[in-house]
Amino acid sequence: MPKDFEPSSGIGASSKRREDIRFLTGSGRYTDDINLRRQTHVFFLRSDVAHGRLSGVDTSAAADMPGVLKIFTGADFAEIGGMPCGWQITDKHGQPMQEPKHPVLAHEKVRHVGEPIAAVVAETLAQARDAAEAIVVDIDELPAVVNMKEAVKDDAPKVHDDLTSNLCYDWGFVEENKEAVNKAFDDAAHVTTLELVNNRLVANPMEPRVAIGEYDRSAGDYTLYTTSQNPHVIRLLMGAFVLGIPEHKLRVVAPDVGGGFGTKIFHYQEEAFCTFAAKAVGRPVKWTSSRSEAFMSDAHGRDHVTKIELALDAKNNFTALRTDTYANMGAYLSTFAPSVPTWLHGTLMAGNYKTPLIYVNVKAVFTNTVPVDAYRGAGRPEATYQLERLIDKAAHELKVDPIKLRRQNFVTEFPYATPVAVEYDTGDYNATMDKLEEIADHAGFEARRRESEAKGKLRGFGVNCYIEACGIAPSNLVGQLGARAGLYESATVRVNATGGLVVMTGSHSHGQGHETSFAQVVADMIGIDENMVEIVHGDTARTPMGMGTYGSRSLAVGGSAMVRATEKIIAKAKKIASHLLEASEGDIELKDGAFSVAGTDKSVAWGDVTLAAYVPHNYPLEEIEPGLEETAFYDPSNFTYPAGAYACEVELDPETGHVTVERFTAADDFGNVVNPMIVTGQVHGGLAQGIGQALLENCVYDEDGQLLSASYMDYAMPRASDLPFYDVDHSCQTPCTHNPLGVKGCGEAGAIGSPPAVVNAVLDAMRSGGKDIGHIDMPVSPARVWEAMHG
Amino acid sequence: MYEFEIERPSSVADAVKALGQEDAQPLSGGQTLIPTLKARLAMPSVLVSLTGIKELQGVEMRDGALWIGGGTTHATVMHDAAESYPALAKLAARIGDPAVRNRGTIGGSLANNDPSACYPAAALASGATIETDRREIAADDYFQGMFTTALEEGEIVTGVRFPIPQAAHYEKFIQPASRFPLVAAYVAQFSDGVRVAITGASNEGVFRWTEAEAALSERFDADALDGLTLDGGNMIGDLHGSGAYRAHLCGVMTRRAVQAIA
Amino acid sequence: MTQVKMTVNGIPASGEVEGRTLLVHFLRDDLELTGTHVGCDTSQCGACVVHVNGNAVKACTMFAIEADGAEVDTIEGQAAPDGKLNTIQQAFQDHHGLQCGFCTPGMVMSAAALLKDNPKPSEAEVRHYLDGNICRCTGYHNIVKAIMAASGQEVSALAAE
Repeated sequence: MPKDFEPSSGIGASSKRREDIRFLTGSGRYTDDINLRRQTHVFFLRSDVAHGRLSGVDTSAAADMPGVLKIFTGADFAEIGGMPCGWQITDKHGQPMQEPKHPVLAHEKVRHVGEPIAAVVAETLAQARDAAEAIVVDIDELPAVVNMKEAVKDDAPKVHDDLTSNLCYDWGFVEENKEAVNKAFDDAAHVTTLELVNNRLVANPMEPRVAIGEYDRSAGDYTLYTTSQNPHVIRLLMGAFVLGIPEHKLRVVAPDVGGGFGTKIFHYQEEAFCTFAAKAVGRPVKWTSSRSEAFMSDAHGRDHVTKIELALDAKNNFTALRTDTYANMGAYLSTFAPSVPTWLHGTLMAGNYKTPLIYVNVKAVFTNTVPVDAYRGAGRPEATYQLERLIDKAAHELKVDPIKLRRQNFVTEFPYATPVAVEYDTGDYNATMDKLEEIADHAGFEARRRESEAKGKLRGFGVNCYIEACGIAPSNLVGQLGARAGLYESATVRVNATGGLVVMTGSHSHGQGHETSFAQVVADMIGIDENMVEIVHGDTARTPMGMGTYGSRSLAVGGSAMVRATEKIIAKAKKIASHLLEASEGDIELKDGAFSVAGTDKSVAWGDVTLAAYVPHNYPLEEIEPGLEETAFYDPSNFTYPAGAYACEVELDPETGHVTVERFTAADDFGNVVNPMIVTGQVHGGLAQGIGQALLENCVYDEDGQLLSASYMDYAMPRASDLPFYDVDHSCQTPCTHNPLGVKGCGEAGAIGSPPAVVNAVLDAMRSGGKDIGHIDMPVSPARVWEAMHG
Repeated sequence: MYEFEIERPSSVADAVKALGQEDAQPLSGGQTLIPTLKARLAMPSVLVSLTGIKELQGVEMRDGALWIGGGTTHATVMHDAAESYPALAKLAARIGDPAVRNRGTIGGSLANNDPSACYPAAALASGATIETDRREIAADDYFQGMFTTALEEGEIVTGVRFPIPQAAHYEKFIQPASRFPLVAAYVAQFSDGVRVAITGASNEGVFRWTEAEAALSERFDADALDGLTLDGGNMIGDLHGSGAYRAHLCGVMTRRAVQAIA
Repeated sequence: MTQVKMTVNGIPASGEVEGRTLLVHFLRDDLELTGTHVGCDTSQCGACVVHVNGNAVKACTMFAIEADGAEVDTIEGQAAPDGKLNTIQQAFQDHHGLQCGFCTPGMVMSAAALLKDNPKPSEAEVRHYLDGNICRCTGYHNIVKAIMAASGQEVSALAAE
């Protein structure tokens, strides 16, 4: 339950972020701020054609250019493992997906604009770039495959010659339900059908990617500094699958990272290259992406084309759902790409509703575009968008209130096993909807609409619900689903002699404020000041093996590991305290940083116990070891299921088609909340990305595979003047039942839950202007609105 | 960027001389040129910086017209023209963003003649005169198509003289990514007629909408524009909007500019 | 190479630069003031905003040579010598106006320039002033709030949270 009063410290407090001090004073340490002695620079010569046969790369003239140390081409990596894919999908026939080779530098063919063909290492970046221009690349251009539905036709050019087609997999879920689903459609009183596009996006963390490779010849050790959300994952993937370096000879450091949003999860060629080249050149090799490079080398997000159908009975109960999605993989499989349209998407198609029968078909397709992988929400925004647009459309076809239709079909009893393989542990969807209607002032909407109309504007109100599965993930389950990794998290809690603690976590903070919120949890458990707890992350040499930060998992999984390790610390400290207090261990209580004997006034301070652990003069050495340091690995038993209801109110200028978001309201259930200020901030950021997707952002290729939205001149990033103040509430709390903190995760909700509300609101506004068009694709740009209004 | 030298002359004469060197190029505020250089789309050997030349600076009334030095930043115009030519000052106040306005100059904008730039619309609608190191050019003769002007190699825009209309307004609809105009209309009402210039829309760059001018000169009322349309066929079509949409916006922006004045 | 001299955060600084050396690279690479960031190459994101002679400029869109003789202020010079945050910095911390911190130096420098010209900006004025500063984390809500709070305006009623 929500706390009535916010505490001043510990769990539930809006503690100010300690990391802010360094960021606000310019003393953060991002990867590009690191410069190593004798460092060299690499420039990647990237393909400017989308598809072609690489018949020659002549580096001879470039090699003689000033400052050039070494030039690498695909041939230099012929003996090196390619970029690995971390998830194997099994298709509806029981066959493994088609998995192409993914070279570090292009070999024999280029498959997307931006693919690296050669790498020039030189004394300065300018020299490297000068020399790259002198490389003569001979490419026989081939027809590009861009459109997914064209790509799967028999006569389509193949992105990968050694695969049977451009189809990566054809996935059916749950295949056994298919006939029953089809029958339910035959029996339906009403069927609503919708075809839509989930637009391709570019994640665009404000810090472009950077990699610096270093090799210590005397020890034979490698170090990679990189802008990663998960340094241990990079170490494992790059070490084991690409370069053949054992983990104990490879250190990966991800220092301050300027935002990730998914695109910094993946292992990229530039990381492997810089590590490899550091040894080959004998000096550190640094790569800093320009924003222009980022557009054509960071994995993109979304890019689904879907047909979805909903069957309802005569009483408007949902009886079945059927979807048919084409999901763009791009030219190669990025690290977790195959999982996004399948297990992170199909399993969410039940949404907040008790639809008994669901069948999801996903065709993943190779095209001559940048690889597509997880972007904030990853699969769950796509599922939410389809479902919540479809329900709105059904409500209007049936002439029933969209909120009422949703409420009627809500899951209300928990735990609830969906027909798409997941079990929701807790939730209260009516509570978040009630809260939403209250704070969005739904009742006052008509008056606001009249005010807008008086100004010549149309006004619309749109809602949607969402549910997500996060806190990723139970390892044994994801293993069965094709993951080639475990998804536990780790923490080591090291207590120092004078009582301060260092928590070394496998999670990584790149904006989420872990250094503050994680410290709140541990300090609260022990009853000490938050400032006595330091959080260390982002360095494989200083933290236990952990899987990193994505999928709203850090507190739910990483925080749980930290709780378990701290529980071990407390258990051992109680043993020490019982010895010092000459009392039975079972009578020892820990409160406010002191151990006391129940029912007596005897106590010993936290610092006395920790000192005894390291100066064990008066210490039960025959029973326990000295020292106070514990590690825990936590593997969740289920996903967590944050859910909520969102409302958007837009104003539409019918003359220009311009849409402005006037109000945006979010009512979320995140379970327990550790730092409300940070949670609110996470929702704000997610909302901006979701509203950005709905109104502004669009990654567009032309039919030749040229990227048209290749910079901020054409890719519309949301600005402050595009967005309103948001109303955000997370007072509806049904704590997670299966992790020790009762938390669910909040990082992705805003991005998952907001696009349908925006589009629903735009369509509502258009209807109020006499134009009922049924659907409009994102981004709902002024041009699209105007064309729809006048079409 | 390719390698180049930067020279910083303190007079127009020295700048012109410096620009006589092979592959020399003027550098004003650099807000367009520097991104172009970063993309290696230009390869000058010498950049001649104009920002240190005092005679290119200033906003002042000269013979009933507003003179603005070619090297004057948007931020300065925004402040210093606020009383003498408020519509122009408001236009300057909405170019790019504050940091860009502190560096970008009117001369640089007019010399570049980006088809989506703001200043060309003001110059053309105001019937301004472009002053260079060697001559004066009427705005009607100056703008010659997308990124094309009457300027010769090495010729510098030293100033612009704006006749001040009785009333004027610039109405801009921004392209959401670049924040440049997708379409913008500058309407200037003079005692002897109305001039309307449109930027952002045409493949030919900034242009005068003469039919709208005639209608508004006849009767200065937004309704006078009823029934007037532009052909979208020669308008820019891109991922932000078709030619037809831009043609439509020309009407909307012009109408709104008139309404703002009337 | 050309010798440039400037005053950075009140301290004389000099170095040898090429014509093409951008101010941001002189600050980051030569002076090791890495608080000024580079987030794009089209002069739009604003992570590199510094003040040159009191005016906010994008340090990635100005050559170091052009700042010869200038007074340059960067994020590193904003807090008091004893480390105490200035009013704007403190408001950003108090109102959670930053997450990953990458855009933050530019945001703070832009906010400082705004409040110098316009000590009590409206919400709309703040939002428009930030057209050249892109943040991907915060959705701007708390940045706008922090800047208005730093101007001394009451912000608790701006939006329900």
